[in-house]
Amino acid sequence: MKRILVCVKQVPDTTEIRIDPVKHTLIRDGVPSIVNPFDAYALEQAARIKDKEPDTEIVLLSMGPPQAQNALKKCLAIGGDKAYLVSGREFGGSDTLATSYILSCAVKKEQELEGPFDIVFCGKQAIDGDTAQVGPELAEHLGLAQVTYAVEVSAEESGVIVRRETEEGFEKVRAKYPCLITVTKPNFDPRLPSIKAKLAANHKEIPTLGAADLAIDLDRAGLQGSPTRVKKTFTPPVKTSGIKLTEENPAMAVEKLLALLKKDGVV
Amino acid sequence: MTKVENKDFWVFVETDTAGKAKNVGLELLNPGRRLADGQGGRLAAVIIGGHVDEAVKSAAEHGADMVIAVEGKEFAHYTTDAYTKVMCELVDKYHPATILIGATNNGRDMGPRIACRLQTGLTADCTALDLDADTGNMVWTRPAFGGNLMASIVCPSHRPQLGTVRPGVFKKTEPTAGRTVEVIREDLHVSPEAIRTELLETICEVADEAVDLESAEIIVAGGRGVGGPAGFAPLKELAQALGATLGASRAAVDAGWISHVYQIGQTGKTVAPKLYIACGISGAIQHLTGVSDAKCIVAINKDPQAPIFDVADYGVVGDVQEIVPLLTEAIRKNRST
Repeated sequence: MKRILVCVKQVPDTTEIRIDPVKHTLIRDGVPSIVNPFDAYALEQAARIKDKEPDTEIVLLSMGPPQAQNALKKCLAIGGDKAYLVSGREFGGSDTLATSYILSCAVKKEQELEGPFDIVFCGKQAIDGDTAQVGPELAEHLGLAQVTYAVEVSAEESGVIVRRETEEGFEKVRAKYPCLITVTKPNFDPRLPSIKAKLAANHKEIPTLGAADLAIDLDRAGLQGSPTRVKKTFTPPVKTSGIKLTEENPAMAVEKLLALLKKDGVV
Repeated sequence: MTKVENKDFWVFVETDTAGKAKNVGLELLNPGRRLADGQGGRLAAVIIGGHVDEAVKSAAEHGADMVIAVEGKEFAHYTTDAYTKVMCELVDKYHPATILIGATNNGRDMGPRIACRLQTGLTADCTALDLDADTGNMVWTRPAFGGNLMASIVCPSHRPQLGTVRPGVFKKTEPTAGRTVEVIREDLHVSPEAIRTELLETICEVADEAVDLESAEIIVAGGRGVGGPAGFAPLKELAQALGATLGASRAAVDAGWISHVYQIGQTGKTVAPKLYIACGISGAIQHLTGVSDAKCIVAINKDPQAPIFDVADYGVVGDVQEIVPLLTEAIRKNRST
């Protein structure tokens, strides 16, 4: 029997975020909260292992405000056996080092009670912070081997074989259990939950774990446990649009375009 | 790790399996030079590999004051365990103030591992680097929220301060042929048992060695509007006529029409060509983040409302499959006259 942990984060759907044209700030109102897409791919990879080995147990873990329960419920409906939410005001302002420390305390606690995990899955990055750091930092806190940018994972007897994205193509890498794998977009879509599974997930109890439950060293959590600080945020400069070529026919538009490019000296 | 008074800047110069320095490491020696000078520190290139001589030579020619090199067959290709161990041992010995790492997949695999082991701060995927000379704090600027927001990050009380930096953001300086510098060879090794991953196979999807989007002068890129894998054929012809490199948006890569190695944008490559021709690319912010340094953007799209037209220098509203061949023909005709 395998035990697999999947870390998930609830994030604002950044494809729906718009910039206030006057104040140059993010408009977050009305932006839906979703399961971080890369975490959904990670869950799918875990579910595929469970398809082959049905006695696999999938445990879900998230850190966030109480509303992040919603993300965990969605994931339970797709393929989790149980879920935990790590939550607390003390955790606010945590950077990746503090976040990964807090998560590692939760993982250690769960392992003490229920036994060790064979695989810890994370999405390669969350689409709000885009750091791709929490996964590897969690692996370091837990002393695990890691493979990042996975698109395919096959669980073998003594370890995993991972197809991993590189700048030039792919690598096939073997890692022994236990290991942590961060997952990027595979060439398949994550499964959708059935209505029945959704209803069942809604009734599942999701324990919330706080700093005291996890014996967190508060000097290592939240803002005070974070080596990095956000100094300022700003919206990227907006480029103004140029010339739209509205000639009578495509051939004329192309001719005009080429003339302009030659004038600019770019061709 | 708490602050130690040291002003040295390190650039991790990643090597490929042939032992050549990857471009991004050499690129980072350029801002590294400016930052080290601003702080009155030395600029060191740190090189780990199976064979390091060629990369050592490149780092010296591209402006490093010194090189710290670690060579061994266990380093011939990147592994998280071996590289992290060596980097942390080097930091413990030399205490640099700052480490710049190229934000390649391997760089972003190793960076957080080192930062966590050293209990210090790391800023991911930076696109601008500044230094507060009074405090020695780096000001790391990076996109977040899919490129909708820029954030400047500091790491005020921990050293070394670490950042991964996007390839293609900085330009390499002209190399000074034959320049030699002090090279420290550290005899460090990692036992096979301590390396818990094993590379079984490398699959290269770059058809032609010239696919180097980050340093391409002209790029012809296709998106969803290209229509399918076959729709890239006229783009390839245009690229050939222009001596350009082919690229793609995430939509086209996600649809499976072209390999991810061509992807440009927040989750792909950052490019800075003098001419960027976006064909059937709608222009989502995630894509535009990767092309913001293009000098001239041409957009060809049949949707006149596509956001790409808001940033394009020149826009042509029309079908990619009609416009692109016309443009190819016009360019060929122009060349022959």
